[in-house]
Amino acid sequence: MDYAFLLQVLDSTIRLSTPLLLACLAGLFSERSGIIDIGLEGKMLIAAFFSAAIAYSTGSVWMGLLAGIVSAMLLSAVHGLASITFHGNQLISGVALNFLASGLTVLIAQDWFGQGGRTPALLSGGRFSELTLPLAETLRPVPILGPLYAEVISGHSILVYVAFAMVPLTWWILYRTRFGLRLRAVGEAPEAVDTAGVSVAGLRYAAIAIAGVLCGLAGAYLATGLQAGFVREMSAGRGYIALAALIFAKWRPWYALYACLLFGFLQALSLRPDIVEAVLTVSVPVQLLDALPYILTVIILAGFIGKAIPPRAGGDPYIKER
Amino acid sequence: MTAAPAIELKGISKAFGPVQANKDIAIRVMPGTIHGIIGENGAGKSTLMSILYGFYKADAGEIWINGTKKDITDSQAAIDAGIGMVFQHFKLVQNFTVLENVILGAEDGAMLRPSLAKARGVLKQLAEEYELNVDPDALIENLSVGHQQRVEILKALYREADILILDEPTGVLTPAEADHLFRILEGLKREGKTIILITHKLREIMEITDTVSVMRRGEMTATVKTAETSPEQLAELMVGRKVLLRVDKKPAQPKDTILEIRDLRHTDSAGVERLKGISLDVRAGEIVGLAGVSGNGQTELLRVLGGMTHATGTIRVNGQEIDLTGQHSDGQSRRARGIAHVPEDRHHEGLILPFSAWENTVFGYHRDPAIQKGPLMDNAAIKAEAQAKMDRYDVRPPNPNLAARNFSGGNQQKIVLAREIERDPDILLIGQPTRGVDIGAIEFIHQEIVRLRDKGKAMLLVSVELDEIMSLSDRIAVMFDGQIMGERLPSETDQTELGLLMAGVTDTQGKRAIDAIEENLRAKEAREASKHA
Repeated sequence: MDYAFLLQVLDSTIRLSTPLLLACLAGLFSERSGIIDIGLEGKMLIAAFFSAAIAYSTGSVWMGLLAGIVSAMLLSAVHGLASITFHGNQLISGVALNFLASGLTVLIAQDWFGQGGRTPALLSGGRFSELTLPLAETLRPVPILGPLYAEVISGHSILVYVAFAMVPLTWWILYRTRFGLRLRAVGEAPEAVDTAGVSVAGLRYAAIAIAGVLCGLAGAYLATGLQAGFVREMSAGRGYIALAALIFAKWRPWYALYACLLFGFLQALSLRPDIVEAVLTVSVPVQLLDALPYILTVIILAGFIGKAIPPRAGGDPYIKER
Repeated sequence: MTAAPAIELKGISKAFGPVQANKDIAIRVMPGTIHGIIGENGAGKSTLMSILYGFYKADAGEIWINGTKKDITDSQAAIDAGIGMVFQHFKLVQNFTVLENVILGAEDGAMLRPSLAKARGVLKQLAEEYELNVDPDALIENLSVGHQQRVEILKALYREADILILDEPTGVLTPAEADHLFRILEGLKREGKTIILITHKLREIMEITDTVSVMRRGEMTATVKTAETSPEQLAELMVGRKVLLRVDKKPAQPKDTILEIRDLRHTDSAGVERLKGISLDVRAGEIVGLAGVSGNGQTELLRVLGGMTHATGTIRVNGQEIDLTGQHSDGQSRRARGIAHVPEDRHHEGLILPFSAWENTVFGYHRDPAIQKGPLMDNAAIKAEAQAKMDRYDVRPPNPNLAARNFSGGNQQKIVLAREIERDPDILLIGQPTRGVDIGAIEFIHQEIVRLRDKGKAMLLVSVELDEIMSLSDRIAVMFDGQIMGERLPSETDQTELGLLMAGVTDTQGKRAIDAIEENLRAKEAREASKHA
């Protein structure tokens, strides 16, 4: 196979992995604190809409990003209110938020722009431009590595680099800081945190606030980085795939990166059936390629990757016992 | 000279809805003493301690610590006031190391490294001072229960607690671990720490406390010097009437062998062999007590006998072999063969807690044609029968419509017993009959067990309470590591010998025995560590 083809696939792998990775890390923070977050999808979607809408209205992608983050955090706050303060069922709250986001985005978009539930296409100022990393062109002639650097690693929007930088940062926060210790503890044994004199609710709200920010970034990237504008249901199940990746990764940051790269790679393949055909020398239906990430998700969820032990207190509202 | 009391509570009251959990409690605990608080389940001991640890806010009353009035609004305030608490159910993060658990909530800064290094030093010092040795890098889930408890004590000491409250600390410990705990507490007392020991075990109160307060129905009924009281007097204060502490029974008159177990083996889902060739006979009209530290196969043996899990080997009931592996091996088929089972875990296997008491009185027997009315169940009849059973067993409150979870431990156990006994089985398996049961109800349950024996039932009793095994059994079999180490007659043995057998030592004489115990314990810990690795 042509090396250039491979580079193209890897390049789109990076792009397609980015929203998955951000959402997956959002889920990681939330679930490590004991709050199951099935609403990643909805948060991404609402962030995608508001970032596109505000970026279009103001002409500033940064204002769009901010709006995306704020909207995702608002949904997070509702989830927190339902599941932390009022001890509600976290799955139901999450599903409700997904429906809310799905309907609300289209409704507002139609009312605001009148284009059938989408935002107008964003012009260059309303999108994140691609950054060319230093020396990308200089190093291009270097065999193998040069094109890899120039094609795959260089030339993405800032949010891509933020997403990948979040992996070591998340690891560092979880395992090297006081906040991380308490966060891991509250998802495993909230009663231990409570008796140690630390607020369980405080930690959980902090965790879902972080999840809100990360979902905001993921949504903004969808509408202002990966594509140019919002279209209905543009999150396209990425929130659920991110959850599958989170289980695949056994709630650990580095594994989350690998899992999201794998899913991103599968999505990239489904965009280029010609390459798959060239490699396998048989024609593979596009539909099968499209379905691959989901099939893999089912396999993962069926427990074929060894035992994934979730945070022990996940899904349980913390109520002090008598 | 009269120093200020380490803790003084004045007029503490707390109600949960209509239930008055604490009523005008007053108590003074002097510094440098071990103060026992004893009372039945539901007497309000835990509520009182939760108020002291900031879990609940009292409706009325004052808390004075070392002569200063304190307002304890949350756990952090209690910690700041120098109070440390070791809960009955440990508050530890299972997949954290000892060090991480110790510093959780008491870190020195936003970064972990300095806190961990400091804690490592402090722990080393505390270990030397108080015999509190624990590997700081071990994961909690790989530690024995006794070691986990030490971690809880270390947590409190790391937070510089002067007052240590222990809630039922020996419930999960082996006799040797309990002795070690008491040595630790004596050491802490020598260093001037104040200790509050909450327990329902009279023997512990007599053994280690300086003063003891008795609680009954939310009230503090008496505070006495331990040296000036007796177990009988304390029991009477707890229950409000005279209580028989010894089991009153005639010698057993065993008849034919009803239950015959031969070379029974069971391997659990994790691949660990839990039963390694058990052979045991139980005759009609005798109580065989199965002693052992929990986790040595007694649970599995009961589960196999009760049809809840499969095994290899032979079990004969009245001379007829029963199926251990096939489709006829379940609770239903066991009941049909005359085996009734009072499971160890009342909350998960004995009852369905959200279901009402009357529903719980027929589970397992609900297919009985006698309680069917056409295709439906005859609920009215079941309810009437449940009411009658509850009256006979003095279940309080005698309301069959109440959910099982709303009864106290003792009354829940009576519901299970009523269900299993009233069907007139040949064999009764009883796991932990009095775990979490009030002293008054214990008396009743013990009498009931003896009554059934005298009716000619074959009784197999599993209990981690050695006292209970010794006073009820006609024959004692001791289990260790999936095997029966030996059988003894209660009249010809004592706690020391049984304790040695429970630790896997068959040569129960002299120094060699002690060496062998330590050897066995080390081997067990190594096994468990490798299992988790």
